Amino acid sequence: MAENQSEIRYLNPIDIEVKKTKYCRFKKSGIKFIDYKDPDFLIKFINEQGKLLPRRLTGTSAKYQKKVSQAVKRARHLAILPYLADQMK
Amino acid sequence: MKIVSLPTELLIITKQTTMNNYETVFILTPVLSDKQTKEAVDKFKKSLNSSGAKINHEEAWGLKKLAYPIQKKSTGFYFLMQFEAPGEAIQKLEVEFKRDERVMRFLTMRMDKDHFEYAEKRRTKLSKTA
Repeated sequence: MAENQSEIRYLNPIDIEVKKTKYCRFKKSGIKFIDYKDPDFLIKFINEQGKLLPRRLTGTSAKYQKKVSQAVKRARHLAILPYLADQMK
Repeated sequence: MKIVSLPTELLIITKQTTMNNYETVFILTPVLSDKQTKEAVDKFKKSLNSSGAKINHEEAWGLKKLAYPIQKKSTGFYFLMQFEAPGEAIQKLEVEFKRDERVMRFLTMRMDKDHFEYAEKRRTKLSKTA
């Protein structure tokens, strides 16, 4: 019996779900202030259309998500980031 | 009712306002010549100084491309100022920004502790590279 079982082979390797634990990058690296003047950094938190990415995708903590959104909105006002775009990245 | 005249010392205390740290960015129209932009910047600096502000840092980013057109212009002259001022100075400055046609956009904010530390770090970094 045991020999038979070992002969079972799968065509594709089975996907074993390994949950990646999300973390807040600001908490981890100790960034306290998010600069609205730096579009290259803020681009990580918006999608192709220039919309803010949700917390569930970026893993940012609530405290810092608020600051990210504030920074993005300031950058938009100063035309550093667009209000709406297509194919930003 | 008896009107009591307050001693002058007390009046001075109430008039004394706390100084805050502020940061402001404004965008001037690209149609101005170099001389005209300098004039405009000087005007705002002068008005800040006259209302008792102390400018700690200024930075001209120069002509930059805008992320979206403002007043049908695709570029703008960015200027950043960091200064210490009493609260009333801000109102005066913003009114001037609004009245000046050369200014396309402006944003002023009070710097909190973290922002101030970041600004100082940024300043030293910039002075090293320059």
